[in-house]
Amino acid sequence: MIRRKIVNAAMFALTGLCALLAVSVLFFILGYLIYHGGKSLSWSFLTHLPRPTGETGGGMANAIVGTGELLALTCLIGVPVGFMAGVYVSEFGGKTAAAAIRYAADLLNGVPSIVVGIFAYAVLVVPMRRFSALAGAASLSVLVIPITLRATEQFLRDVPNTLREGALALGAPKWRTVLTVVIPAAMRGIITGTILAIARVAGETAPLLFTSFNNSYWSRGLDQPTSSLPVMVFTYAISPYEDLHRQAWAAGLVLLTLMLVANVAVRAILSPGSAPRT
Amino acid sequence: MRTILACVLVTGVALLSGCAGSGGGKTESQVVALNGAGATFPAPIYSKWFDEYHKSHTGIQFNYQPIGSGGGIRQLLAGTVDFGASDQPMTDEQLSGAHAKVLHFPTVLGAVVPTYNIPDVSQELSFTPEALAGIMLGTIKKWNAPEIAKANPGVKLPASEIVVVHRSDGSGTTFVWTDYLSKVSPAWKSKAGAGNSINWPVGLGGKGNDGVAGLVKQTPNSIGYVELVYAIQNNMNYGRVRNASGAFVKAGLDSVTAAAASAAASIPADFRVSITNAPGAGAWPISSFTWLLVPQNIPDAAKRQAITGFLEWMLGPGQQMTQALSYAPLPDSVVAQEKQAIARIQ
Amino acid sequence: MRQVLRRVPERFLPGTRGLIGLRARLRTGDEIAYLATFAFAATIMAILVLLVFELYRSSGPTLHRFGLSFLTGRTWDPVAGEFGALPFLWGTVVTSALTLLLAVPVGLSAAIFLSEMAPPRISNALTFLIELLAAVPSVIYGLIGIFALVPFMRNVAQPALASAFGYLPIFQGPNYGVGVLTAGVILAIMVLPYIISVSREALLAVPRDQREAALALGATRWEATWRAVTPFARLGIVGSVFLALARALGETMAVTMVIGNNPKISASLFAPGYTIAAAIANEFSEATSDLHLSALIELGLVLFLLTMAINAAARLMVLATARKGTQQ
Repeated sequence: MIRRKIVNAAMFALTGLCALLAVSVLFFILGYLIYHGGKSLSWSFLTHLPRPTGETGGGMANAIVGTGELLALTCLIGVPVGFMAGVYVSEFGGKTAAAAIRYAADLLNGVPSIVVGIFAYAVLVVPMRRFSALAGAASLSVLVIPITLRATEQFLRDVPNTLREGALALGAPKWRTVLTVVIPAAMRGIITGTILAIARVAGETAPLLFTSFNNSYWSRGLDQPTSSLPVMVFTYAISPYEDLHRQAWAAGLVLLTLMLVANVAVRAILSPGSAPRT
Repeated sequence: MRTILACVLVTGVALLSGCAGSGGGKTESQVVALNGAGATFPAPIYSKWFDEYHKSHTGIQFNYQPIGSGGGIRQLLAGTVDFGASDQPMTDEQLSGAHAKVLHFPTVLGAVVPTYNIPDVSQELSFTPEALAGIMLGTIKKWNAPEIAKANPGVKLPASEIVVVHRSDGSGTTFVWTDYLSKVSPAWKSKAGAGNSINWPVGLGGKGNDGVAGLVKQTPNSIGYVELVYAIQNNMNYGRVRNASGAFVKAGLDSVTAAAASAAASIPADFRVSITNAPGAGAWPISSFTWLLVPQNIPDAAKRQAITGFLEWMLGPGQQMTQALSYAPLPDSVVAQEKQAIARIQ
Repeated sequence: MRQVLRRVPERFLPGTRGLIGLRARLRTGDEIAYLATFAFAATIMAILVLLVFELYRSSGPTLHRFGLSFLTGRTWDPVAGEFGALPFLWGTVVTSALTLLLAVPVGLSAAIFLSEMAPPRISNALTFLIELLAAVPSVIYGLIGIFALVPFMRNVAQPALASAFGYLPIFQGPNYGVGVLTAGVILAIMVLPYIISVSREALLAVPRDQREAALALGATRWEATWRAVTPFARLGIVGSVFLALARALGETMAVTMVIGNNPKISASLFAPGYTIAAAIANEFSEATSDLHLSALIELGLVLFLLTMAINAAARLMVLATARKGTQQ
């Protein structure tokens, strides 16, 4: 018994160490970004347009708004597709069809983001003969769809079947059961999964470089090139100037902070005071 | 209910911010907006130029994005941008394959320098072209090899293995570097050749200038190559190289402009020329032009005027701004030749 | 019962076939709901087919010119127009295997800790932080990799490995700091949050009585977890591993910063390597010749086929173990 207790304690320590290890990476990254980018962060960084190197007072207001715009469009294009497909896979699809769709989504999830960018460039940018926020959002959507589908399916499956049976027994058609009973029960998990999906693609550079492009000024519409934080980080990081490097770090910090705030905010709204899903 | 509220809130906020952005831009309706893409090397000076030009010509917005020279050429040919930019001239094949005629306009000069990290050596090293080619080919393996030592009398070189670092991403910098090596070394020309991305005989690949610089800094006894601007701005040590006239030259804005000046007599009318291994006594041998690529026919009159106006300005006041950003300005003879070429845009 | 309800929708039940059945179903709205969700699901198929077609079409020149030798060639020479992808394939497979080898034990341990061992309060806080990690852009991992991880690997980890296991060929050769091993480590760090959060979900989904029964029989917490809970969550855990694998296969920015980008096949993990995704990212924006461009897109196609094969294998594996599970 003592030996078993020792094993138990040892495994507790070992697994705990692994968890701490994973978490410490986050603090290391945050600290690193704050150290390198914190100095360049100021109010004007958040509210002004970019300035050329050597001039002070430049910011990334257009990139911050542009990223918001791209993500909002992604929510409009990609999330519904992933969500509805997830409902199909979990609730309506036959066994083979559901498996096929799930397989397709997994394959899509494994496509490197740069290949998705090349794809969106070939089917959207070249025919339209212009870079646009729409093309950028479309390529981000391709990345978001499989993750949203997976999250939706996963959480719909976790809804106890007694709920479905209860509603069906009361004579409700299947669609009503799904819409008014099953989906609401899984909503919290689905939203968390979706937020994570959006956060995941928010930092993608490769699919945007050849689709939404970038803009030194405010975007002039959804069919025009649009600035975004990841592309700004990329552009500034490859330049030879120290002040641009610092701005790149600062932009990385802003991007990460926005993601953290979004995460925290959504969680706070979803689960006031209570622990999420235990 | 709470969850739906959260949903609506998040999308709402995101959309609002999006609308605010696009709405803000639409108020200036009479703006001529041009998009350009291409080389990363001149991007900082281009953004400086376009910003200054926008200040004096508020109705014109040039949006230039550094996506790479190859990308710039392809976008121009695909018609997704109004102008391109490249660190290497378009090939005859590319020009003949294009739907429309493309003109080359040199803007500034670039240079590539060998940078190294030998912990025990503090002196500035000198390299013969043969030594550089040998190191890059992997035939010269140690720092104290006679080919290197001969050019550096008095420097105590270690007997350690040389670690070569090169660019892993396709790059105009690599093109200039390998174009030079191909000119000075037949062995290099037959084994590796010149290009944006090549099959490297030896070495580690780093992504971008910072990747190469990072690897050189991190790896003892290594040698790599970076753009001169990058070396100057980041206080990296870089070596002298023996040029075509036999003198060991230090790379600097003057020696780079000198390289272009010494090659000026042989510059063709379309400006597509390599100036590596230039003949002048003070010329830095690993130099190159960088070009703006402009379609010869621009049907939209407003865009045409914007581009020709900018080119005129770039060759005048624009050239005065180059040195502050560590770019070498064009020699006067090239400027004069280019001013005449602007008239070809119709 | 649950299976029957989900798997056999009413539309397949007897008595609802035919035109009358269709009208009835349209009236209740089920057919509409079915068709609507199906349309969206079909969109995913359409995107995938279009993507594959586009990749196939654009890689035409190299497909015709090199055929299968594209996969077996060892020379990648854009200047001479010779393209062989074997070193990239090798690098991709080795780094991905290393990633899983490093990340799965740590990730699974952390997931077990979070779902089974830790007090709920600590568990919730840590889970939240780990999910945030998933949002860190990969370019940031890359920069941290080159400035923090590479020196650590060169000065500490690799010399230690070489002195302890130097007799193995995989730990021999010059130590640059960058290389296949370093790439595996950074990828392992990047996929860790995925493994942890998905495995944790899977563990939490295991019915409560499963644990309680084991604990009531006198098992320690660890024994209950290991013997009674993890076997139940097997499917979800395998799923998390493949999610991680997909990410590792397609990752570019961080890998290209630390792998050394040298398309040579070497037995040593210290040697520089190259992956398919890194090659595409490195060369795509500057590729000028059509053949070079086509070769890069064919690399994309190869990577896609690789992902497809791995996913199919995973599915078969899951299917096999699931069947065995129900027979017992």
